[in-house]
Amino acid sequence: MPKTLGMRCRECGEEYPLSPIHVCELCFGPLEVIMNWEEIAPRVSRKSIQAGPPSMWRYHDLLPVEGPPCVGHNVGFTPLVKAERLGKKLGLNNLYIKNDAVNHPTLSFKDRVVATALTKAREFGFDTVACASTGNLANSVAAHAAEGGFKAYIFIPSDLEQGKVLGTLVYGANVLAVKGNYDEVNRLCAEAGGKYGWAFVNITLRPYYGDGSKTFGYEIAEQLGWRAPDHIVVPCAGGSLISKIYKGLNEMNRLGLLENGVPTRMYAAQATGCSPITTAIQTNAEVFRPQKPNTIAKSIAIGNPADGYVAMDTVRKSAGWAADVTDDEVIEGIKLLGSTEGIFTETAGGVTVMVTKKLAEQGRFGADDLVVIAITGNGLKTQEAVQGHLGAPVLIQPNLDALDQALQTDKLLQVV
Amino acid sequence: MAISVLIPTPLRKFTNNQEAVQASPGSVATLLAELEANFPGMEARLIGPDGELRRFVNIYVNEEDIRFLQGLQTPIADGDSISIVPAIAGG
Repeated sequence: MPKTLGMRCRECGEEYPLSPIHVCELCFGPLEVIMNWEEIAPRVSRKSIQAGPPSMWRYHDLLPVEGPPCVGHNVGFTPLVKAERLGKKLGLNNLYIKNDAVNHPTLSFKDRVVATALTKAREFGFDTVACASTGNLANSVAAHAAEGGFKAYIFIPSDLEQGKVLGTLVYGANVLAVKGNYDEVNRLCAEAGGKYGWAFVNITLRPYYGDGSKTFGYEIAEQLGWRAPDHIVVPCAGGSLISKIYKGLNEMNRLGLLENGVPTRMYAAQATGCSPITTAIQTNAEVFRPQKPNTIAKSIAIGNPADGYVAMDTVRKSAGWAADVTDDEVIEGIKLLGSTEGIFTETAGGVTVMVTKKLAEQGRFGADDLVVIAITGNGLKTQEAVQGHLGAPVLIQPNLDALDQALQTDKLLQVV
Repeated sequence: MAISVLIPTPLRKFTNNQEAVQASPGSVATLLAELEANFPGMEARLIGPDGELRRFVNIYVNEEDIRFLQGLQTPIADGDSISIVPAIAGG
């Protein structure tokens, strides 16, 4: 029996056979893969998972692909770091960082969704993959396409950070830099849709792609000793990740794998310059208003988030909340995480750290609550954001006198 | 000049698989009524029971989301290009 039975519209419930379609024909709502739990449940246990590889594929039974992975065998199972020093700063005694800044191979959580989507692309028989991306997805699709021998067409906004452009070109992909923001890139790709017979991972393969993010949630719970945390703070762009982490925790609970059910409250983090989801939540609005993004946090600058409603539902259902922070705070957040935990995150991570600080100051977490911050990307890719904000090295001559003198300067006496 | 309307894949069964169709000037609302007259059943896919654009549908007039313009009352003139696009996951 197959693991996956079909697809269902999240909005109206209409069902479809498994195929590379991504929206409901009746209402344009997002489709989700229907898993065959009767088939899956009996063979999944803590033991069966622990016997799997140290990667996201230890949860292969729970992912919407039938065969073994065709690419990305080492994606996932990233560190869950106990953040003692950052915790002290925020007044939190049980703070953890789920660190996908060191995900293999392209240093963001997108490797999870791409490994899933490309495995499914091969099962569907595609030889060419494509994506619209704010950068991290571009890197990941290009890398995994190279690994799997797919042709790749990558669409990015033309003002993207250099690191993300180079980090796509190096894999030999065809890169199209579109003169416009991400929402415009997305519209173009939607219009191109099926025209060229490519598998757009975030369009054609969206239902499969999205479920790769569930592994972020599975891993947090397993790494906490099969416990769901009290709170998880997640950066929101298109709005999919936050709902998939929550979905992952609830699936584990349904399978009887968790000690404590799912008490988890989910929190959405955005940059003030692109905050359609957090604004809607904070104002208790039913609908979100699309925005024209204006923020240095480009990886999450999506003004019209496709899964915005799903993200809002997740936050509300879990009794969580939302907050957004300015670009100055984003830089402060990157520096704070770097100087307290030795983790260099990209701008989205700066957002998430500072939103966590803000939520802590609002008293939303108990001091001993178990709080997890989702760090989803690596700072080496967005160096422009912090350039000029970190000071410079102290230049000295290669002799002890010069060193003695330099050590007297204020700069070298600072301790964070 | 004609007004062209780009039809997304999920709606092409109404248009005999045509990727684009022609329409007359007016507003987005009159455009939707015209599409309904030519391709019965299409409007209900785009407009919900509340009379508003369904929340997972985006309509663009000359590459601008009508939610940033005047919504369903956004005017459409000769030469404009219209695009109907489902919401797309991000990345």
